[in-house]
Amino acid sequence: MNAVLEKYQLSPESSAYPPTVRVDSQNLILLLTELRENPATYFDMLSCVTGIDNGPEANTMEVIYHLYSIPFHQSLAVKVVLPRENPEIESVCHLWKTAEWHEREAYDLLGIRFKNHPDLRRILLPADWVGHPLRKDYQHQEYYHGVHVAYQAPQPPSDR
Amino acid sequence: MKGFLDQEFAQGGVLVTKADDLLNWARLSSLFPMTFGLACCAIEFMSTGTTVYDMDRFGMAPRATPRQADVMIVSGTVTFKMADRIKRLYEQMSEPRYVISMGSCSNCGGPYWQHGYHVVKGVDKIIPVDVYVPGCPPRPEALIGGILKLHEKIRGESRVKPVEIEKLMNLPKT
Repeated sequence: MNAVLEKYQLSPESSAYPPTVRVDSQNLILLLTELRENPATYFDMLSCVTGIDNGPEANTMEVIYHLYSIPFHQSLAVKVVLPRENPEIESVCHLWKTAEWHEREAYDLLGIRFKNHPDLRRILLPADWVGHPLRKDYQHQEYYHGVHVAYQAPQPPSDR
Repeated sequence: MKGFLDQEFAQGGVLVTKADDLLNWARLSSLFPMTFGLACCAIEFMSTGTTVYDMDRFGMAPRATPRQADVMIVSGTVTFKMADRIKRLYEQMSEPRYVISMGSCSNCGGPYWQHGYHVVKGVDKIIPVDVYVPGCPPRPEALIGGILKLHEKIRGESRVKPVEIEKLMNLPKT
């Protein structure tokens, strides 16, 4: 695994488990394809695709790919940092079919767009939902389908 | 104590009762709940149906369709996505119909009251609720308590025309 990573001048962060590498978004597909196809690494399973919003101050978003190699019992996490405005990254659906729903979830809740995704639409929230709720600056709608969204404390009975 | 049905009737067994009492007794003794679970409360609802708690003894058999159900037990977190469906299911139930709101989530949003962007803060915002059962989740005993409360409510219902009110309304205007 390390030989493949060195080819891309990457070294896993030692403090993290699973070993984590940070990669530029241009090299992502190249690296993931190699990690999957190379018989020495053979990461044949994509356990999870996670999105993170680092907030308006850091002004970045992250996508983390959790890879697992079933024959080698080895894990690896690949991190990509994206700009917070218009976060966009190439889809990995053509490598692992399971990425399809994971990427839809990241799109639904964080608004990260995955290029060349076969069917990028909301997966958890209703189709007519406004906004991406796991963004740090998300403001919920006042009403959804005529129902007030925020909690309204019941009014105590007025003293006569 | 011997129940009414444990007795033997010697003289043909004619009873005198009020139509209201008879109909209410029949209705409250055969409340069919809709099979309907939204979250962890549904597990307690399922336990209520098991032999230990035996929901059957109240004449309650879960029905898989709103058309045959009398009572909807909203057991769990009502999300906005589900809210439209719940409303539709409620409208499909035939009258008279009742709603038991089971657990904190469906009473008022529960733990999601502040940051739950996706949770309706109380199912009573979309459909009328007859009985609220508190708890997170309520134990089956609490749900049975709620069912008995609903029995009380049905027992108090009346099909008698409100004669006095009608008289008042028909009073010649002075």
